[in-house]
Amino acid sequence: MFPRPIQESSKSRQLMYKVALPISLVIWLLPMIAIVATAGRSLHDINYGNYWGIPSEWAFLDNFGEVFSSSPILIYLLNSVIITVPSIFGALFLSTLAGAGLALYKFKGRFVIFALFIAGNFVPFQILMIPVRQLTLDLGIYDTYLAVILFQVAFQTGFCTFFMRNFIADLPFELVESARSEGVSEWKILIHVIIPLVRPALAALAVLQFTFIWNDFFWPLILIQSDELRPITLGLTTLKGQYISSFNLLAAGSLIAALPPVMMFFAMQRHFIAGLTLGASKG
Amino acid sequence: MKTIKTLLCATAIAALSTTAFARDLVMNANTSDPAQKEAMENLIADFEAAYPEIDVKFNLYDHEAFKVALRNFLVSDAPDLITWNAGNRMKVFVDLGLFEDVSDVWASENLYEQMPAVVGASSVDGKQYGVPYAYYAWGFYYRKDLFEQAGITETPSTWEEFKEMGAQLNAADITPVTIGTKNLWPTAGWFDFLNLRVNGADFHADLMDGKIKYTDERVKKVFEIWEELVEADFFVENHPAYSFQEALPFMNQGKAAMYLLAPFIVSMFPDDVREQVEWFPFPIIDESVGIYEDAPTDSFHIPVNAKNKDDARLFLKFAAAAENQTKTAGTLDMLPPNINASVKDDRFAQGGFAQLSKADGIMQFYDRDTDPALAKVGMQGFQEFLQHPDRIDDILERIEVERARIYGAL
Amino acid sequence: MTDMTSYPVPPKPRHTTFYSRNKLVITPLLFIAPAFAMFSLFVIYPIIQSISLSFYEWQGIGPKKWVGFNNYDLLFKDPVFWKALVNNIYWLVLFLLAPVLGLIIALFLNQKVFGIRLVKSLFFFPFVVSQIVVGLVFTWFYDPAFGLIAALIEPLGLKLPSILASEDWATFGVIIAGLWPQTAYCMILYLTGLNSVNPEMIEAARLDGARGWRLLVNIVLPQLRAATFIAIVVTVIGALRSFDLVAIMTEGGPYNSSNVLAFYMYDNAIFRYRMGYAASIATILFLIMDVYIVWFLMRLLKNEKGSR
Repeated sequence: MFPRPIQESSKSRQLMYKVALPISLVIWLLPMIAIVATAGRSLHDINYGNYWGIPSEWAFLDNFGEVFSSSPILIYLLNSVIITVPSIFGALFLSTLAGAGLALYKFKGRFVIFALFIAGNFVPFQILMIPVRQLTLDLGIYDTYLAVILFQVAFQTGFCTFFMRNFIADLPFELVESARSEGVSEWKILIHVIIPLVRPALAALAVLQFTFIWNDFFWPLILIQSDELRPITLGLTTLKGQYISSFNLLAAGSLIAALPPVMMFFAMQRHFIAGLTLGASKG
Repeated sequence: MKTIKTLLCATAIAALSTTAFARDLVMNANTSDPAQKEAMENLIADFEAAYPEIDVKFNLYDHEAFKVALRNFLVSDAPDLITWNAGNRMKVFVDLGLFEDVSDVWASENLYEQMPAVVGASSVDGKQYGVPYAYYAWGFYYRKDLFEQAGITETPSTWEEFKEMGAQLNAADITPVTIGTKNLWPTAGWFDFLNLRVNGADFHADLMDGKIKYTDERVKKVFEIWEELVEADFFVENHPAYSFQEALPFMNQGKAAMYLLAPFIVSMFPDDVREQVEWFPFPIIDESVGIYEDAPTDSFHIPVNAKNKDDARLFLKFAAAAENQTKTAGTLDMLPPNINASVKDDRFAQGGFAQLSKADGIMQFYDRDTDPALAKVGMQGFQEFLQHPDRIDDILERIEVERARIYGAL
Repeated sequence: MTDMTSYPVPPKPRHTTFYSRNKLVITPLLFIAPAFAMFSLFVIYPIIQSISLSFYEWQGIGPKKWVGFNNYDLLFKDPVFWKALVNNIYWLVLFLLAPVLGLIIALFLNQKVFGIRLVKSLFFFPFVVSQIVVGLVFTWFYDPAFGLIAALIEPLGLKLPSILASEDWATFGVIIAGLWPQTAYCMILYLTGLNSVNPEMIEAARLDGARGWRLLVNIVLPQLRAATFIAIVVTVIGALRSFDLVAIMTEGGPYNSSNVLAFYMYDNAIFRYRMGYAASIATILFLIMDVYIVWFLMRLLKNEKGSR
């Protein structure tokens, strides 16, 4: 383990670490604290320029109540789940296959294909707006969950393939070779040798993807117009007015929207951080 | 396939409209300000009460997102109704054949006589393509208590008085004007009024239509007058760091005395400040030039690709009726275009109404009257001018390059 | 794309069916095909369409007008384009602090003490919270009249230059705001990577007397290669796509001094109704990125040839 476990160092250093940890956390989260405080301010405080001082009154209940009453936020949250979860599974499935295909086999043209997957990631994606909208219209899926899901799967597959290919390429290749020499089929090598080894990477990737897809509001904006299909990020933008933005409600809403990804991270970190070591290092 | 679908829809709607089943009316709107939201919700609720068989599906977008979505849904799966702006902004879509001609609604409801102020802005080539639900005046919202503190007893009506007032405020350690230029458009209010007061409406309209060079001496004259204010420290410092809303604390805290803006600002003043706020119109600069005002107009439109145009027309008629206009405009703190509607009984709405009533002509607003690309370059120029008045020649050259690209060399 | 015949037959063919003779070529193609099909349909094909758009003048709806290379001509004469390009370079260079800071934080947090899981989750927070509020809060940090920094330094008799109102500083103000979530992102990648570090190698190195910095540089970092690669790539993507924060904090201003290519493209496409021009900006940005991709792949190829 690196760095050396703090338990192995002197008592005073352990104490220092335990003090430093919360202090650094507070500094790191200072902007976050400001967001929380903003969620508890009244709009008049904000219009008065009181961004950092003690609010004249705490308005947490009012603001969160307003967010819940002014928009069907629970439906938006549900929509976010409906869009995000299948997108993640789709992208992870396709990219694990493709990543393995690119990492475990040497055939001509693999770098070209790999390059295409990476290159697609680099495009300023807003420019794809009109062609992609047209595509979903042609496929007859405009203004459905499926339109957003399919696009997210396809678009995120680029990044995921890049990610998975690199992790798989880092695995000890001897494992694959020995399995092959024993006549194990390629498909079974993938299922029984590769996937168990890349589980931490898959878990990490799932968290990242959850965050990306959950937070995206551009594609739902382009591909969905019915209010009842909107994910939370898009639903919350209506708190931004033409002239007047309810910054306090925006902050409150964004805290609600940020909770699922953080909870996901908390739940998944066991799989990719705490304790589980990547098999590769032992091989 | 698509035609079959459309046909099916059409027959289905025709069948439904004769029965008592609910008919869907899809409306996409950009009215995301708190007051706008309330006004729309009320209007829709009233409409549904009057027509129980119609079910309005309301899709609200924030203002910027709406601009993105608009050009997507107009050509693909169009709603039955949208909110948008009269004037050049409307004309863009009319020219592309995407807005429905609703002259029949104007004729049947006799709106030509009921909404005389907005006929022009709603028309392209003599046909009407939308029905306005509110318009509003621009002017100075100022704090009476701060004026008194600086020894000012009367609001200025001429340019000399205006400059004198600024000097008095500065002497009392109060910045005369607050402005946030991050969103750019607050600068355009200044330019519009200065140009209208100095050069008049015909010149302004020609400039908006790209028929006059930005390097014209008459345009330069406007900036010379504007520069007098910049040099006299009229404006708050660091205004590019603030959005329109973030510049408001200067006024609420008593550090700045006024803001050239529109009625949506009223709800933003805390109660104790609002009591002190009054309104006055942009002062006269040249006696020989008439009084021309900016009066941006917000309206409903029917996309050409809408499915339920019949009910959409019903909605337009409903929204145009005097009592509904009174209610909607009242909630918005704005003015009802229908002359039979009543103007909200407060000093801001009444003041704006009085000013517009005596105006010799009205424009929409800089970024609604001219090409959007030119508006952007122009307003960035105004922002830079406010920071660096000495760069005005370069700035005007740059705007002129953009004008020439769009409208051709002169 | 793949030349099947020239590939050597696998060394130990047990059966002689076509598949078994060629399975090391066919299998990867089967593995890649679904992902590639989806990606081609929804990403590559629209990219090609967008590139072709850059040769037209188009409002986004209505008729298109073929203008050849005119958009590029205008673009190269457009001072805002060059300004945005320079700013993108600032973003690229300064954003590379994110992997460094992310590694430092990951090393700091890579301990097993009570509550560390929660602490790690909280460190992750900046990455998930909406960029709109991140931009808002940093704007309020910098606010020259009512901001936190102003409130902290004014009692010391100092006056803050207005970061977001200054044509010289606005870009850097936005970049700092962008580094906050990006660092959290890199931190996760390194936390994942640190688990795959071989403990035996570290112990061996420790027995050899390697400690602290030398241990990190010589033993740990090479093993974090995969994480570093990914961290750098996502950071470069983040820097080139930098968009949300610019839109919220400055709108590219004051007067374009903090504009970047992605935002300028968006601005032209959406608010100026210049779809073709926007497509030409996107194409140039895309070409710049391609240079990076080629460089990146060459390095990857070299490394792998060396290591295997």
